[in-house]
Amino acid sequence: MRKILVTLLFLLFGTSAFADCNIKSGSINILANDFPALRTFVETSKQCKGSADFKVTHSSEHNKIAVPALTANPSEFSARIAANSSIVPLMNQDLIRPLDDLVKKYGKGIQDSQLITIDGKVMAVAFMANTQHLYYREDVLKDLGIAIPKTYEEVVAASEKIRASGKMQYPYAAAYKAGWNLAEEFVNMFIGHGGEFFKSGSAEPNINNAKGVATLNMLKKLSELSNPDYLTHDSEAIKVEWESGNVALMTLWASRSGTLLDDEGDPNITKATKLTGPATVGGGNIPAATLWWDGFTLAKNRPDADAEATFRALAHAASNKKMVADAADQAVWLVEGFVPGPKSIGVIEAVKMGAKPYPMLPQMGLMHGALGSEIVEFLQGKESAEQALKDVEAAYISKAKEQGFL
Amino acid sequence: MPNKTFFWFFLPTGLAMILFIGLPIISTGIQSFYAQHDQVVKEVKKCDPFGCTVSIVVDNEETSKIREAKPLGKFNGFGTYTDRNHLAVDEIKKFWNETESFGAFVDQVTNLPFYKALIFTLTYCLFVTPNVLLLGFIIALSLNAVARKIRGPLIFGTILPMIVTPLVGSLVLFWMIDSQGIIGANIQNLMNDPYLSLKSSKTLTWITIIIYGIWHHSPFAFVVFYAALQTVPQEPIEAAIIDGASRFQRIKHIVLPHIYPVVTFVALISLMDNFRVFEPIIGFSAEGSAQSLSWLIYDNLVNEEVILFGSAAATSMMTIIGIAILLAPVLIRTWKEFKTAR
Repeated sequence: MRKILVTLLFLLFGTSAFADCNIKSGSINILANDFPALRTFVETSKQCKGSADFKVTHSSEHNKIAVPALTANPSEFSARIAANSSIVPLMNQDLIRPLDDLVKKYGKGIQDSQLITIDGKVMAVAFMANTQHLYYREDVLKDLGIAIPKTYEEVVAASEKIRASGKMQYPYAAAYKAGWNLAEEFVNMFIGHGGEFFKSGSAEPNINNAKGVATLNMLKKLSELSNPDYLTHDSEAIKVEWESGNVALMTLWASRSGTLLDDEGDPNITKATKLTGPATVGGGNIPAATLWWDGFTLAKNRPDADAEATFRALAHAASNKKMVADAADQAVWLVEGFVPGPKSIGVIEAVKMGAKPYPMLPQMGLMHGALGSEIVEFLQGKESAEQALKDVEAAYISKAKEQGFL
Repeated sequence: MPNKTFFWFFLPTGLAMILFIGLPIISTGIQSFYAQHDQVVKEVKKCDPFGCTVSIVVDNEETSKIREAKPLGKFNGFGTYTDRNHLAVDEIKKFWNETESFGAFVDQVTNLPFYKALIFTLTYCLFVTPNVLLLGFIIALSLNAVARKIRGPLIFGTILPMIVTPLVGSLVLFWMIDSQGIIGANIQNLMNDPYLSLKSSKTLTWITIIIYGIWHHSPFAFVVFYAALQTVPQEPIEAAIIDGASRFQRIKHIVLPHIYPVVTFVALISLMDNFRVFEPIIGFSAEGSAQSLSWLIYDNLVNEEVILFGSAAATSMMTIIGIAILLAPVLIRTWKEFKTAR
């Protein structure tokens, strides 16, 4: 009799009943960016919600919502899926809670390498890694006898050759949209040149130097090989350019490879699209790219019961072998049991080459913001590299003074 | 209307205005005089999937103590107003002493974010407002002259730009001027220059936004002028026709003086609207080439991972002052006329 009952229950609730982690109370509300891997992650955690209330907001505007929403008490969200850069404002404002107790109690299956610890306290649990790396069109490179570029100098040479052949007018693409995206490209290239953004141990800027100038000059060379509208192109726009067959070399996020290589679009282009590691620059040996992790953090201004329920649901996903096997081509999962596929080659190469993580510093957001608007005029040919870097530093210093960092 | 009746009539609106406009402005004003406390940072060990490093974090215990004592922040006086990202007083003094020619000085000043934004905002106002008035008036006159039967559909077609949401309107144009869009590609063909891009050139971006602004705002001027034209008395016009006045003379000497108060009204509203230009910059992704004062506020509040309340508040206050200065001549004139009319 009991067996029949169990079987009946099993049939009723399908597989999700199996995954239920017996959460009895609390409410779960998650704020996350919007790309396929994160949707998979949140869906997986939903399977385990039990009788808890479950809500999720996927938004590409997550950065703009996060701080105000978590500052409220009680906060709107019980969890925020953050990354290296977006955890910083949450830390600065003291909006997230340490997870040590919860990890001890419910974190079975989460690997130690997934824990983000700051000053000895677990502040986030990472579940995927990301970086920007090179994509190339195998057919175009083969036709012209070009080797797969390993450095940005080779990318420039290859793009010039493709342009000279008349195959494509704007053979290179990267997300150079003025603002966050453009600043991110500067950050990558500057780190590739071995630059440090701040004088050691202080918040004084340190970009107006030979490395900064070399970085800007390389960005300019690449922008000249891109579609002239490059200052308005974000990751989505260059993905469309690529799928239209206008581009043969591209720097793009690893997390976008899934949608780039799906069945939509011209099958010939999809077939010829190949991934390789990030390029180095200026004779450096570390790649001109930054490593990113995506992980979950829990809001401080929320009752402990909610935090517990949320942690259990998210930990279920962050240690889920089935999820990483089923969605192996959506992301480079940091979860145990992940077998890297061909789409994760970019991140794995980047790690092997010793790429640096995006700097997790309290004042980095201000530097990023200053870069996004002040280097535009240099790319447009309106001012010198030295002047642009001087402007970035000046804009940063004013903001940092207002925020009390200087 | 007796003053007492007017008072009771106006009271609900007045209260709502004080509550929802007056008080927030005062609070913004107070905010603009404060900056964040000095950050207390400490060195700690940070570990993530890519390894461990020693670097700094904000010391939350210390910071929260300071914050509790002084929740508004550190008093900064006019510090935010005069810093480099706003009025840049020190920088301008320095440029004045260092640069050799006046041209070089202007170059340096217009490179500062606030002045860059101010120049775009003023250029936009100065080009859009008169053109909106002119175009709106011409459309109103022509529509007033066509047969009544087709007037309805024509009016609807004319106010369409105003019905379309600004963001949607600018996005449509944005895609059309893309180097592969219908306008962009044709201009490239026409100029025989495959590298020409309306979006990458600063001047062309400005022109595009200004044309968009005129397109978007003209219907408003048109609607108001068209309504005003219906009130123009026919007798003086007939008399003028009999006296042999040309169409232009009739408009200049009879129609324009009659609708003059309405022109002032439209000019005021357009100036105010145009000074706050914002949506087309987002719609056209034109942040790189064109920044307005409103865009600066938006940038301080949302584009930074750290929200700069002081900066945003200071720019807001200066925008309000800017609008007041722009409107002053028109307001003074209206006030004088009001007094003489009494």
